[in-house]
Amino acid sequence: MSTTVDGAATNGSSHVGRALRRKEDPRLMTGRASYVDDINLVGQLWAAWVRSPEAHAKIVSIDTSSAKARDGIWAVYTNADLDMEAGLPMAWVPPGVTVNTPDHWVLAKDEVKHVGDPVALVIGDDRYAVVDAAEDVVVEYEPLPVVTDPEEALKEGSPLVHPQFGTNKVCDWSLGGGDLEAGFAEADVIIERRIVNHRVAGAAIEPRGVLAEFRADRLTVWSSTQVPHFLRLFLAILLGIGEDRVRAVAPEVGGAFGSKLQIYAEEIGCAWASRKLGRPVKWIETRSEGMMVTHHGRDQIDYVRVGAKRDGTITAWHSKIIADLGAYQMVLTPAIPPSSAFVMCGVYKTPAVHTDIVMAMTNKFPTDAIRGAGRPEAAHMIEVVMDQLAHELGMDPLELRRRNFIAPFAEGHETPIGVVYDSGNYEAALDRLLERIDPAQVREEAGPLRERGVYRGIGFCTYTEICGNSPSKGVGPSGFGLQCGGWEAATVRVHPTGSVTLYTGTSPHGQGHETGFAQIVADRLGLDPSQVEVIHGDTQTGPAGLDTYGSRSLSVGGEAASRAANKVAAKAREIVAHQLEAEPEDIELRDGKFSVRGSPDKGMTLAEVAGAAYVTMDIPEGMEPGLNEESYYDPSNWVFPFGAHACVVDVDGETGKVELVRYVAVDDCGRAVNPMLIEGQVHGGVTQGIGQALYERIHYDDSGQLVTGTFVDYALPTAAELPSFETDRTETPSPVNSLGVKGVGEAGTIAASATVTNAVLDALRPLGVDFINMPLSPMRIWEAIQEAKGGVPA
Amino acid sequence: MSKTVPVRLNVNGVEHHLEVEPRLLLVHAIRDNLGLTGTHVGCDTSNCGACTIHMDGKTVKSCTVLAVQADGASLTTIEGMATENELHPLQEAFWNDHGLQCGYCTPGMIMAAAGLLAENPNPTEEEVRHGLEGNLCRCTGYHNIVKAVLDAAKVKGATVSQESGVSS
Repeated sequence: MSTTVDGAATNGSSHVGRALRRKEDPRLMTGRASYVDDINLVGQLWAAWVRSPEAHAKIVSIDTSSAKARDGIWAVYTNADLDMEAGLPMAWVPPGVTVNTPDHWVLAKDEVKHVGDPVALVIGDDRYAVVDAAEDVVVEYEPLPVVTDPEEALKEGSPLVHPQFGTNKVCDWSLGGGDLEAGFAEADVIIERRIVNHRVAGAAIEPRGVLAEFRADRLTVWSSTQVPHFLRLFLAILLGIGEDRVRAVAPEVGGAFGSKLQIYAEEIGCAWASRKLGRPVKWIETRSEGMMVTHHGRDQIDYVRVGAKRDGTITAWHSKIIADLGAYQMVLTPAIPPSSAFVMCGVYKTPAVHTDIVMAMTNKFPTDAIRGAGRPEAAHMIEVVMDQLAHELGMDPLELRRRNFIAPFAEGHETPIGVVYDSGNYEAALDRLLERIDPAQVREEAGPLRERGVYRGIGFCTYTEICGNSPSKGVGPSGFGLQCGGWEAATVRVHPTGSVTLYTGTSPHGQGHETGFAQIVADRLGLDPSQVEVIHGDTQTGPAGLDTYGSRSLSVGGEAASRAANKVAAKAREIVAHQLEAEPEDIELRDGKFSVRGSPDKGMTLAEVAGAAYVTMDIPEGMEPGLNEESYYDPSNWVFPFGAHACVVDVDGETGKVELVRYVAVDDCGRAVNPMLIEGQVHGGVTQGIGQALYERIHYDDSGQLVTGTFVDYALPTAAELPSFETDRTETPSPVNSLGVKGVGEAGTIAASATVTNAVLDALRPLGVDFINMPLSPMRIWEAIQEAKGGVPA
Repeated sequence: MSKTVPVRLNVNGVEHHLEVEPRLLLVHAIRDNLGLTGTHVGCDTSNCGACTIHMDGKTVKSCTVLAVQADGASLTTIEGMATENELHPLQEAFWNDHGLQCGYCTPGMIMAAAGLLAENPNPTEEEVRHGLEGNLCRCTGYHNIVKAVLDAAKVKGATVSQESGVSS
């Protein structure tokens, strides 16, 4: 891969910037890693949940007697047994906005609100026996009217999901800036599109699972979670146990993609039952449960209205988002749609941009953060509509983009919304993309294919996004309204023999922190990354932390690690200066040694420094022993990665089937710590966006039944559907953190659905199809082609 | 609980005698009864392939086999792929090529890839992609997995799993 490093000052011995293979891989590849279901405790019991088959119903009666009478069954609990004062948490309290938030109990109370709503919890000796017993719980339901469409739900007379509010509306929320009216008034062309961004699943290959042990007044919970620190906090609150006596551990976590950024009923229920029974309790999700009761993402209908001058200058952009939140609100549910609004300017200098959001309740499982969480929706809206506008204006879509690009900036660009992008060079990313793929050549190839009934199209997307959660003032109670801060913490502990443990408050699940963070710390202490062990995901062993989501780990947690390592290095310099009779300012780190500037022979390794610090021989007067430093880092701003993607597709004009021919991605996530990890994140992210565009859809029928409840019906992309990806990068450092980094975990997903959609629509234009919504399934495409031909689709 | 039946399994070269419920899935016998937790479960419908192992030289999804059906069989799981000192060429290639992220699908993916290479030691990219379509990965987009399998195919010995000697 050719990479331009714009002014990066990496010295020859730096580990940062190198594509090191991962420290975590050997245990993962050999079957020696421990995911939740690989951990078993003496005396462990199993849990199974009885779930509602109805989307909305009164619970008339629950008969647990025959389940309880089975051998090996310890307990069958219903809502009446729960002695908790509150249910599942929701953490968004936006200033000045009333949010209609229903109670969300661990076990449904009186009524069920979606398919899969748990009504009873069965605990027993054996994984198979509890499933048998759950089958024996008899629940009588009285069905109630169901609503599954958010626009229907907002209409007068709709069935109400939670009648106490008298409406299905959760809240309205708006964000914007600039003079919208003036913008539309000066537009020569105004276009409107209704864009459906359908519901998807995170679908991590490891199902969720939890093992809870309440013993000797202390609770330990191992959970397949992204957020052990939040889990500990909420378990402590909900169960009335001091946080000092609650330990949450995220062991090896088999993928998450936002779906494990949650506080789930099963986590609370197993912890509660363990305390009740005095035995460890384990629950492992089945995939069918996972599709039903692990939170979904997206699910919104977007009305986009854009004004532009004939020359392509965009004058005004209005988006109305109708977001389907489902039946309850989980930890961030209503905070996800607003995330779109912060980047609704995209990479363009649009002078007036306004987003109005209406959130609705329906009889479906709650939505919440899924990879990108609001930004894929924004990028999809913006970039699909940019192509529609280009077509309307008769302009080349790339020319339209270039005409509206914000000019390159290195130290902040304030959009009319009031969001300050940190750094960007959108032209450069697009130029790099076009070095990789030539649209004219693709058009040339399209000709001969057409004769065979194959329609080749090319689509683009130039995106930016907002990540690196978060400056506490911006995200917290007086800002956006989340009831938390956004900092991250790290502890660097140098052991007496000179090896190092980094404890991070972030909690990875596949990203490669153990390698990337080790590279950062190693550079600052003159070590090899193999000498730096990275410990994460355990509230008992590390500093405080705010976990992993929103592409925050590196730009917030990595920066904290860097700062903690710098503190250690500063103390090391003092010790070395003291011993070598020099000034600390004259001590430099060179070739793995802290040595006196100008006298490279006079120096000490970190191991020698650590020896001195722990034996406390010959350290400066008054200095504390030890070599152990902590840093809490609160970023001054978010970071804003960007890039340009292109996709080439072939659409079969007879069947509507889409074949991906090429996918080319140029991403800019600031300086690279480990380019190999970046590429991996882009590959996976792009695949998830392709999945949504072409294959994946969480689909409920009108009665609220989940139609796509297994991997048979929910089509994850396989290796056979995908091409090899072509990736490249530009590097525009972020001025926000000293590493110059931005996040990249979600970027691919954010860019890909629009890229693929634009390519498919480009292919379909010769057939008279200008616009259809995702998922671009053969059926939907075929129907559109038939309609365009004037025929009536079957 | 129903009555149990005896089952004899050779797993990674070691003989095991188990008493199991007739309905016990092979994957649970391997994981819960034998403590070999490298073989994973990712779905209920045989789609994801996280549970892929070798049974008498054939690649099988162990969530779709009952333990009693495997009576007398020789199995290789991911734990049997590396020797004490040496990774299997597929493992080495997955490591070098960043063919894994969260690692949950990886054991099944490696077992499926080993089965693929045993049948077709010099596959094309297309053949690798189709050969692995029964194994789902959500992290990598398969790009580096496919690369790793193609790279491993170039290495001598990749088509043989080291302990059980599965080969074409």
